[in-house]
Amino acid sequence: MLAPFVEKQLPVEILGSGSKSRVGRPMQTAGAISTASMHGIWMYEPTELVMSAHAGTPLAQIEAELAGNNQMLAFEPCDIGPAVGGARGSQTIGSVFATNSSGSRRITVGAARDHLLGIEAVSGQAELFRSGGRVMKNVTGVDLCRGLSGSWGTLGVLTEVTFKVLPAPEKTATLVYLGLPDDIGVELMCAAMRLPYEVSGTAHLPQSVAARLETAVLAEQGQSITALRLENFEKSVDYRSAAMRAELKVYGEPIIIGSTASLEFWNELRRLSVLPFSEESCLWRISATPMMGPKVVAAIRRHMPAEVYYDWSGGRIWVEVPASADAGASDIRRAVAVHGGHATLIRADQSVRSSVEVFQPQSPLAERIIRGLKTTFDPFRLLNPGRMYANL
Amino acid sequence: MRHQLEGNRLIGLAKEVAGLQGLKWVQFGQGMLAMSLRMLPPDKSIIERRSEIVAKLEKIAGTEAVIADEDGRRTFESDGLNAYRAMPLVVVLPKTTDEVAEVLRYCHGEKIKVVARGAGTSLCGGALPLEDAVVVGVSRMNNVLEIDYDNRFARVETGITNLGISNAVSGEGFFYAPDPSSQLACTLAGNLAMNSGGAHCLKYGVTTNNVLGMKVVLMDGEILEIGGAHLDAEGYDLLGLMVGSEGQFGMITEATVRIIKSAEAARPMMIGFPSVEAAGGCVSAIIASGIIPVAIEYMDKPAIEVCESFAKAGYPMDAEALLIVEVEGSEDEINDLLGRIASIAEPFAPTTVQISSGAAQSAKIWKGRKSAFGAIGRISDYYCMDGTIPLSQLPEVLRRIGEICTSHGLKVANIFHAGDGNLHPLILYEANDPKQAERAEQAGAEILTLCVEVGGCLTGEHGVGIEKRDLMTTQFSETDLGLQMRIKTVFDPDWLLNPGKVFPLEMLSETGMPNVA
Repeated sequence: MLAPFVEKQLPVEILGSGSKSRVGRPMQTAGAISTASMHGIWMYEPTELVMSAHAGTPLAQIEAELAGNNQMLAFEPCDIGPAVGGARGSQTIGSVFATNSSGSRRITVGAARDHLLGIEAVSGQAELFRSGGRVMKNVTGVDLCRGLSGSWGTLGVLTEVTFKVLPAPEKTATLVYLGLPDDIGVELMCAAMRLPYEVSGTAHLPQSVAARLETAVLAEQGQSITALRLENFEKSVDYRSAAMRAELKVYGEPIIIGSTASLEFWNELRRLSVLPFSEESCLWRISATPMMGPKVVAAIRRHMPAEVYYDWSGGRIWVEVPASADAGASDIRRAVAVHGGHATLIRADQSVRSSVEVFQPQSPLAERIIRGLKTTFDPFRLLNPGRMYANL
Repeated sequence: MRHQLEGNRLIGLAKEVAGLQGLKWVQFGQGMLAMSLRMLPPDKSIIERRSEIVAKLEKIAGTEAVIADEDGRRTFESDGLNAYRAMPLVVVLPKTTDEVAEVLRYCHGEKIKVVARGAGTSLCGGALPLEDAVVVGVSRMNNVLEIDYDNRFARVETGITNLGISNAVSGEGFFYAPDPSSQLACTLAGNLAMNSGGAHCLKYGVTTNNVLGMKVVLMDGEILEIGGAHLDAEGYDLLGLMVGSEGQFGMITEATVRIIKSAEAARPMMIGFPSVEAAGGCVSAIIASGIIPVAIEYMDKPAIEVCESFAKAGYPMDAEALLIVEVEGSEDEINDLLGRIASIAEPFAPTTVQISSGAAQSAKIWKGRKSAFGAIGRISDYYCMDGTIPLSQLPEVLRRIGEICTSHGLKVANIFHAGDGNLHPLILYEANDPKQAERAEQAGAEILTLCVEVGGCLTGEHGVGIEKRDLMTTQFSETDLGLQMRIKTVFDPDWLLNPGKVFPLEMLSETGMPNVA
């Protein structure tokens, strides 16, 4: 598929289902290649916790197959499609790894990239290459699985992915604390992560964002919510929620919601339903040291109004700001620079995305390395040119 | 004579580790190779400039940081793959990242090769010196720089030992998850370079899953900072590329690692089986039930016998195969999980099901397993392999490993991290008999080729180094290797870092540069 583009040296857009095509810098390409025609799960060994699929396989198909065996993708891939005006629930497994997309459980089990075991991909010279394999432990050669994760189709086109899967929990419970301000909510999440109970999701939604929830039992509280998730065998979840309540009682008495409402709530976060698409606002995704989260937000709010919610114990912050010529980039990047971390502009008008950096700017030295890597995989700059960084 | 003390301390540590792993500590003559791998020919013009190079390094890092005398250098002439030795040109042990940068900048300018070194416990020759290369060790850079329990990270210099990190945070009930069996001596620098695993990685992942940020000195002396205390470093995943790059891309001098709160308690159980198939089937059944134990360790009969005679752990001597399964949680949770596992094992007709009676027995059970290499080392020399296989292939692979070793007239004991498919066949041989040594190496190569054939890989946690360098073509195509080598060129354009390793020698020129395709 790629060969004709390589032969004529024509730049090409790399797509799965296209649900995230509005993320990144706008590109000028001569055409597009979609992996959606390459689909199907071709290997699944539940007792070895491993699955292989063609890159264009819909994530939904993979999750349905796993659910049939009480298993799951533990890193809980996030669906940012709807938030950028793309289709909901349409993304492909290849795009999940190409964008290293992880949800709330990332804080305990690691990111998408941590679950990727093997890849087959095509470089910008139409060479087919492989890395990794189907086994959990593999240190043979340079680790291109990690190398290609999060490269947004700028280094190679993933054609096959092999990944680790895990058992789905028997029971889920969520401890929900009400009415805490942002900084105390984040403090509570960090305190919970210091306990030996394997909290597998922590999110803080200020009142205005919590009110957007579809999970009625939480939306109707009319207060901010700080949610701590436990997943395990039933006996363990019961024991641990009681133990956590006792250990964290200075933060108040939580309401505890069971498996059904919990799944509904955490799935809402996965598809970002509290941050619906709008042309009136821009959306940023920030990664910070957890306890710094509220400080980053306070620094941003000195310059503009912002609706936010915190995941990853406070370290992942989704920030919705009014649409403007630079989407607030200079103030937001300064806030992040002061407190550490990085910011990605997820949603903004095309003209904004072509005039400000969408991904976190790199140091000159890192830029030298990433340009070298781009040249290694895609010397003619044909694959998603300029999507992550100008001239890359 | 500080450097000699340093050297003595290191050799002591190395001996300790060798003892733990059952490796014989034998001093070979300089440059003598017991086994058959070819090395790059040293550059005589660099060796002739030795005194000038030593003087310059002393100027950069101070005389006490430079080890130039023969006795001192000899302590560095090998690593955990101690059949191979080479006298380093000179050894320098800087105290700061800036000193490392200055050393590398100088070597880069003069086109002098560099071999980075942690504690030298690599089992694949990853830290093997070269006669025309400067060994740059991080062992004096072992400070803990920052510990943050709220944000759950530790920032350390990479000369710290693996266990040193866990010890620094254990007071608050935290630990650093990867736990290679050399953890008493091996450095984080080496763990990062090799992407080390350990017994607990089934649940907690390997090194690459536990690193948040790092400071890397590139060969030209530039200092690259990647990531930080936050999750998911920005841009391309340079952290992922650096971890496991075996000292080919740069020297990691500082790292920010994830620390995790320890479980309330942990306890193992032993399950003995009448056959390999039954043990393999039981592992599958445990995982299918939705339980992810912290560790599932497998030993075959020869391994059980040797370890039992050494550790007196109460291993079942009538079993063909033994599983040690450990779970974590509160006392009640542990009892519940171990009970579930016992009933899962029932249909596989176990000959023994024994839950550890308490801390003392748990310690014994693990002592037997963890000293397996040492115990086997007491009865024979051995060559430790590190392939990985899909679990379902275990019975077939063990049968064929037996055949391979028999065909070479050698015995084998097998230890297996069953949960993650990492197989360690220990090929027993007589090191003083060059023919046997050669046959052991040959059998090892056949076993690794078998691992690749059944869908596994050459190395699960030890790395490629020199040991599996020339087998890389069994796992990778020329295109795959070409890409990997081009990535090396991005970081180290002159191929001065750890040359002649990882990539097949046939793809390199005499000077260690890639043969241009």
